[in-house]
Amino acid sequence: MTSAPMTDDQSAAAKVSARDLFLGFLTVGVQGFGGVLPWARRMIVEERHWLSEVEFTDLLSLCQLLPGPNIVNLSIALGNRFAGPLGSLAAVTGLLAAPFAIVLALGMLYAAYGNSAALGGVFRNLGAAAAGLVLATAWKVAKPYIKRPEAIVVAAIAFVAVVGFGWPLVYVVLALAPISIAWVWRLAR
Amino acid sequence: MKPDVLGTLIRHFVLLSLVAIGGANAVVPEMHRVAVELEHWMTDRQFAELFALANAAPGPNVLMVSLIGFQAAGFMGAVAATVAMCAPSCVLTYFAVRRWERSRNERVKRIVQRGLAPVTIGLVAASAYLLTRAAIHDWLGAVLTAGTFALMAMTKYNPLWIFGLATALGLVGIS
Repeated sequence: MTSAPMTDDQSAAAKVSARDLFLGFLTVGVQGFGGVLPWARRMIVEERHWLSEVEFTDLLSLCQLLPGPNIVNLSIALGNRFAGPLGSLAAVTGLLAAPFAIVLALGMLYAAYGNSAALGGVFRNLGAAAAGLVLATAWKVAKPYIKRPEAIVVAAIAFVAVVGFGWPLVYVVLALAPISIAWVWRLAR
Repeated sequence: MKPDVLGTLIRHFVLLSLVAIGGANAVVPEMHRVAVELEHWMTDRQFAELFALANAAPGPNVLMVSLIGFQAAGFMGAVAATVAMCAPSCVLTYFAVRRWERSRNERVKRIVQRGLAPVTIGLVAASAYLLTRAAIHDWLGAVLTAGTFALMAMTKYNPLWIFGLATALGLVGIS
């Protein structure tokens, strides 16, 4: 043990205002093609250093357990941590404002013109790029845990349950979370 | 405006909000049942196309509910559906997280989070696999996926560049 055993878990205790939260999540919302998780992680961990890699995964895991979109929950949690209720409100508003306007504009275009062939091609290409983004995020989220066999086993079971057996996410989380927590608890004793 | 439709939208999505553990994608089948089979707001094909639209647009996939609301009752429908889907889970999360962070039992918190993290990793990996399998039909898809992965995993460049390229290629008919 070193003199500061928790350093890898703690980011620089940044002073983040409600305004920072709004603007930060606004960029996430605007950029968030093909799912917001990769962009949120990039902004929070890599660009602004609001959380460390491990802190990000911890907070995301907590949000995963609560109902609602994970990233919306994450914006609420992070907003509250840095700036209280106003921070939560600022973060979630920033996250949703621009995408709401964009998706409505697209919805109107769709209602007016339907799905043209060119748009189909654009969607296909964007889907392929988005897949790469989520692959990279999976790699980055897994990296800090790669030397912990129990974490790899649990992650592998969750993966197979969803991909191999097509189980709904809810059941996978509800079934696996208590087992995994109990395992970590035993190891920590 | 049709107040009865707005009321129906709010009623359905408030309920969905509180059961959507794992996010909006967990309740897509239920959204389909409500929007297509129960309320007849749209056809099966429209649902699939709006779902693709919500996924391709920037922002959380939960905005699928904005499109359903828009289809059912115009702009006010979109607002009503979005607020109904987001507000209950947000309030719940807010109080749950506050309680969690105020708790002083650092050891228990640490163990719970260390236990939950691997589940999250498995789920992110699973969605990465499923998205990749759905996205790669030909060599161009494979190149775009691999290129974005490499850019994001190994460099500090903003992957938005690849999305711009993907859009441009699609618009000139290469897809």
